[in-house]
Amino acid sequence: MSDIEAIILALVYLILAPVAGCVLAGVDRKLSARMQGRRGPPIRQPYYDVRKFMEKEQITSNGVQDFYVACYLLFVIVTGCMFFAGMDLLLVLFTLTLGETFLILAAYCSGSPFSQVGAQRELYVAMAYEPILLLAAIAFYLQTGSFAIGDIASSDGMAVIPLIGVFVAFLYALTMKLRKSPFDLSMSHHAHQDLVRGMTTEFSGRTLAMLEVSHWYENIMLLALVALFFMDGTWVGFAVGLVVAVLAYLLEVYIDNGFARMKWQTALKSGWVVALVLGVGNVIVLLLM
Amino acid sequence: MSYAKRSPWLLHYDASSCNGCDIEVLACLTPVYDVERFGIINTGDPKQADILLITGAVNDQNKEVVKQLYEQMPEPKVVVAVGICACSGGIFRDCYNILGGVDTVIPVDVYVPGCAARPESIIDGVVKGLGVLEEKQRKMEAER
Ligand code: SF4
Repeated sequence: MSDIEAIILALVYLILAPVAGCVLAGVDRKLSARMQGRRGPPIRQPYYDVRKFMEKEQITSNGVQDFYVACYLLFVIVTGCMFFAGMDLLLVLFTLTLGETFLILAAYCSGSPFSQVGAQRELYVAMAYEPILLLAAIAFYLQTGSFAIGDIASSDGMAVIPLIGVFVAFLYALTMKLRKSPFDLSMSHHAHQDLVRGMTTEFSGRTLAMLEVSHWYENIMLLALVALFFMDGTWVGFAVGLVVAVLAYLLEVYIDNGFARMKWQTALKSGWVVALVLGVGNVIVLLLM
Repeated sequence: MSYAKRSPWLLHYDASSCNGCDIEVLACLTPVYDVERFGIINTGDPKQADILLITGAVNDQNKEVVKQLYEQMPEPKVVVAVGICACSGGIFRDCYNILGGVDTVIPVDVYVPGCAARPESIIDGVVKGLGVLEEKQRKMEAER
């Protein structure tokens, strides 16, 4: 991939990701409503929500939290741009984790017990999914001989076939990363859960709008990571990746509606078991081959 | 048109309701009435809410709670009193611990009478509240 191409792709992500993420969030809510036998809000509802947040009066319990949430948004965008520019996969994952850290700091600094407990739980969930993400990067390297996303995307053959264990483990981690039930312990887009709004309890107005937009960016990047498993440098691989990414999201919505929230112990243990069995198992097979 | 009208988030507080009105408020969320089609979300967080829905009369103990919830909500905000207890004290009016309707503690914008208020009238009250919300939003913008 040439430099110009990389810059164009990053710019396309910068502009189109919030639009696609917003539509995705709207479809999510509509679909959830239909699954529950309701009519549901219009697809544009997430957009209305964000516009409303921006109109509201700004109440901040601790000024630093706005800064931290802004950092989260910034690093999520940087991560996505680096991903679409075809840069190093490890760097992308570490930057994403850095963004995540800022969100946790924002929740910790607000002083509300709800957001503190939410931040604590987010740390546990991060401990559960981080090994899987790292193993995915290692497996990609073993298979394609490069950490660069540009090279991985244009390597011969779909990576998903030798990496099937890692792929399933990644789908497992995706539920945690998208904060879908049963792993929406730290905060949930559904109202009325045990922790009020968890990490976001003290966020309102523009802060909440920033958070929502970061989720749009982040979701698109994560789905692109799903598609990366299918990229083989041809249009077929791209198309299959796109379809599977959308299907993966629909699966997450289905899981979200079908499960009750689990305890953090379950999240942590199951995350590590999945990482060990599917992730490490897959990597060992790759090494032996 | 202001966006607050398209995505009003509710905060429901049970002052000293007999639970009759609360059940009806929750009924609004069920598939039969489904208020989410108006973008309404029943949240538990005052900092993210636009409409404060109060059922039951206010008593000596929760007067401070009601005030605090109201103060924690960012502008523009609307208060809807659901049920005759919340409007005027209703059947509990003469109790020794009851102060009266919600409007004895905080300003109320919409009154929804009934014992218990029907889901239809609650939705009606909330939609009326949306008009007030928009007006307040405009006033806020004019002041800016
Ligand atoms: S209005 Fe009737 S149903 Fe509602 S809280 Fe009062 S007594 Fe109960």
